[in-house]
Amino acid sequence: MRAGVVIFPGSNCDRDALHAVALAGADAIPLWHEDPDLHGADLVILPGGFSYGDYLRAGALARFSPVMRAVAEHAAAGGLVLGICNGFQVLAEAGLVPGVLLRNASLRFEHGWVRLAVERRDTPFTALVPDGRTLRMPIAHGEGCYHLPDAELDALEARGGVLFRYAGPEGNPNGSARDIAGVLDARGRVCGLMPHPERAAESILGSDDGMLLLRSLVTSAAASGVAR
Amino acid sequence: MSTYRFAVSVMPKDGILDPQGRAVEGSLPHLGISAVHAIRVGRRVELSVDAAGEAEARAIVERLAGELLANPVIESWTIARADGEGRAG
Repeated sequence: MRAGVVIFPGSNCDRDALHAVALAGADAIPLWHEDPDLHGADLVILPGGFSYGDYLRAGALARFSPVMRAVAEHAAAGGLVLGICNGFQVLAEAGLVPGVLLRNASLRFEHGWVRLAVERRDTPFTALVPDGRTLRMPIAHGEGCYHLPDAELDALEARGGVLFRYAGPEGNPNGSARDIAGVLDARGRVCGLMPHPERAAESILGSDDGMLLLRSLVTSAAASGVAR
Repeated sequence: MSTYRFAVSVMPKDGILDPQGRAVEGSLPHLGISAVHAIRVGRRVELSVDAAGEAEARAIVERLAGELLANPVIESWTIARADGEGRAG
């Protein structure tokens, strides 16, 4: 099972993502933003960072890079895509997941540990998360306040599109609507989340909860690869 | 072929939290200003377009505004000529 990690100009979590997803059992390869070829990746990860300097809006310029056409086609064909932090912002700008990430309500760059409630376990992203288990992961972002008009939020909730919510005493760090930390596209194959699973991939980092997500993905992608 | 210069003004939609406007407003007491309120901060983008006519140029700018310069979920925009021409338009 192959996982490709996209490198945009300004990505800064690409090495961490490559390391963590390899640790989860994937053949991990870097994908260059100017190359419209995914080189056989079953899973594409858009990592955190500040792609294109976050100019205009976070994720707005990365959306038009050549690799994103391939990512959109991969998603349209039912391929797995995970967008982390800036990667989530890119997915949202590209319309591959619903919503927009606004400036944090605090007006500050927020960083620290959060706790995530996992709303669904029947997805390729969360299949290995034990029942009732919350996930502890770090955040580090200035624009993570999830926004959608109310009616669209209702529709998102109704179709099971909310995958992760900020929970526990750590609370909601950025003012996101309904404490939303991560969402799914309509088919449940594309996920964007603000917290960093790749920075919670080994216990020496303070948590290895991120591995539950990455291992779920690697296992699911390997299974669907066999089915293809 | 003519060149048309436009200014695209992008603003957060009503009801969308505007932290920049709030931050600017928060600094007003330090200036001793109390009469100013409801500050909203947007973005102005100026650009030149080569096109056969103004309608064609405007159509290009409209597409650019909707697809890239603004995010229609949270922002609205207006397009105006910025070369001293077509002020009525």
